[in-house]
Amino acid sequence: MTSRKTVIVLGGSSDIGRAAARAFAKAGYDVALAGRDVAALEPDAADLRARYDVVVGLYKFDVLDTASFEGFVNGLPALPDVVISIVGLLGVQENAESDLAHATTIMRSNYEGPSLILGLFAEKLLARGTGTIVGVSSVAGDRGRASNYVYGSAKAGFSAFLSGLRARASRGGVHVVTVKPGFVRTRMTEGMKLIGPLTVDAPVVGGAILSAVENKSDVVYVSGKWRLVMLIIKTLPEAVFKKLKF
Amino acid sequence: MTLVSGWGRFPVVDSELLRPRSFEAVGEAVVTGSVARGNGRAYGDAAIGAVRTVAMTGFDRVRSFDPVTGRIRLEAGVLLSDLIDTFGPRGFLPFVVPGTRFVSVGGAIAADVHGKNHHCEGGFGRYVDSILLRTGQGETIEASREENSDAFFATIGGMGLTGIILEATMRLRTVETGWIRERVISASDLDAAMGALDAGDSSTYSVAWIDCAARGRDLGRSLIYLGEHAGRGELAEGIDVFPSGKNPGLAVPFDLPAMTLNRTSVRAFNELYYRMGARRAGGSHVVSLYPYFFPLDAIADWNRIYGRRGFLQHQCVIPQAGARAVLGEILGRVAARGDASFLAVLKKLGQGDGILSFPLPGYTLALDFPVKGDIMNFLDEIDHLVVAAGGRLYLAKDARQSRATFEAGYPALQRFNAIRRSLDPAGNIRSKLSQRLFDEV
Repeated sequence: MTSRKTVIVLGGSSDIGRAAARAFAKAGYDVALAGRDVAALEPDAADLRARYDVVVGLYKFDVLDTASFEGFVNGLPALPDVVISIVGLLGVQENAESDLAHATTIMRSNYEGPSLILGLFAEKLLARGTGTIVGVSSVAGDRGRASNYVYGSAKAGFSAFLSGLRARASRGGVHVVTVKPGFVRTRMTEGMKLIGPLTVDAPVVGGAILSAVENKSDVVYVSGKWRLVMLIIKTLPEAVFKKLKF
Repeated sequence: MTLVSGWGRFPVVDSELLRPRSFEAVGEAVVTGSVARGNGRAYGDAAIGAVRTVAMTGFDRVRSFDPVTGRIRLEAGVLLSDLIDTFGPRGFLPFVVPGTRFVSVGGAIAADVHGKNHHCEGGFGRYVDSILLRTGQGETIEASREENSDAFFATIGGMGLTGIILEATMRLRTVETGWIRERVISASDLDAAMGALDAGDSSTYSVAWIDCAARGRDLGRSLIYLGEHAGRGELAEGIDVFPSGKNPGLAVPFDLPAMTLNRTSVRAFNELYYRMGARRAGGSHVVSLYPYFFPLDAIADWNRIYGRRGFLQHQCVIPQAGARAVLGEILGRVAARGDASFLAVLKKLGQGDGILSFPLPGYTLALDFPVKGDIMNFLDEIDHLVVAAGGRLYLAKDARQSRATFEAGYPALQRFNAIRRSLDPAGNIRSKLSQRLFDEV
């Protein structure tokens, strides 16, 4: 009997985390969900077991507690085949402009924590010589915008980290995927004005992550329209860009 | 406030839309004038809160599933499409599905939706064993046929007015495949159509698509689709035992101008549809469950076909005795008018299960009309025919019937209201529909 493939989802209680876990479980993976509040993950674990008859484990993980990372990784019963980080914090840009603590939390939640934990997993996967790392970054990291550059700059850092890690890890048999979802209808974006045709639901992102892993894609814009939108935004001259409102 | 409407896009009204993330938050969200909303597929004003609308689609977890008995416990926001996609490949399907799979379990219970098998297998509520209900009074109760049975039978078909359905335990049916063996019968007029439906009583699934542009001798000409679940042995070699349900590929990108639907275009479409169907008549063949049960789901946003002002669906049920004359009269008036839907749906219903469930033994006819001109007066006239024949209208599709029509059609209303008052003495749960039809003024 061949053993089943396993995936760990960091940030398992988020809407995208739940969707990714469902997509992988449906494809036959056993699942580990990791999040700050393990009790809150219980109903999602029950959901995955009932739907797909898979094995689900729950683990405590706090992306701001970097000191716990080594213990967390070493404490897992087995090294997973796929590691997905969906952790992130949108925060409030206006507050982050004057509140250093808030800005720090945004930066650490979107760059420092996710990069360090995926870097740590990458070393273990490279030592084994197989595996896939998925970082969920953001189109907001493609260019800093007046309305959310604290979040955007942290995502930019995370995207750059993933890009470098990919180049290095590919030589060691480990694949790294960067996912840029664009607008997604989730708790994070609730109440925000989203542009309908550019907005997707969480299950679409979950499915895109699974197919990116299976197809060994490098950088995935969940909706293809975003690749074009961001190409335009990235190529606008700074003199024009700074006059635009968004 | 947010502008909210049902699938028919009429009426469009202000209601605060809230999306709670926990059952505690659902309780806190209820103020005077609240009602739950599933996936927004009720046509009219049933899932719009008088003041506040509580969106439940975020609650989409399966709690437990027993693969031996097919018994499943789930949150009310799970969509039937999700259930079918997840459990179909494992050999389980809902016993009852309506014409779209994009409805939530909570909505399906609240409307006690019926499918093409109501004449022999009953409605959605028949397969629900218990419900976790957050009442308007603020209690959370488990209701079943044995425990809190009044609340249970008032909630099945109760249009969300007994409280907010949080979870349900229901039974799924076992199937060998995701395919249906379909037999098409062409009927040249209404007598033949009703006769074919009567003859199809022993078929698990049966429905007739009526060409409602046909007049005179052709009045009521239809295609009758009978169906049975196909076994593995009936599938050709190499076919997937469970076909995949693609998401709608085709979408209606914008509201079509009202003139797209005119007498000529509808007649031409129906002529073509009838002839193509009639050619397939006689033999039987195997079709995927998706086009069989959910023909309109193939076109996303099809409600835009009727233009920006929206449309009304009129679905009545007429008791068996005397149904022929009344249906003939209704179809005659619709055909003379010439602006109804491409196709009308005629099927047989059995006894309903909930106190306020729509079905009663007889024939149900569903028609679509764009919102324009004197349509309201026209439908009022049709309603008089329905009431005189002892029939009623389907609340999940209604946006306009009068109190008198409603009260005449639902004789168990007093009993329902008494149970509703006992669960919610302060009257917190109120929808636009309940304000229009139920609540004391």
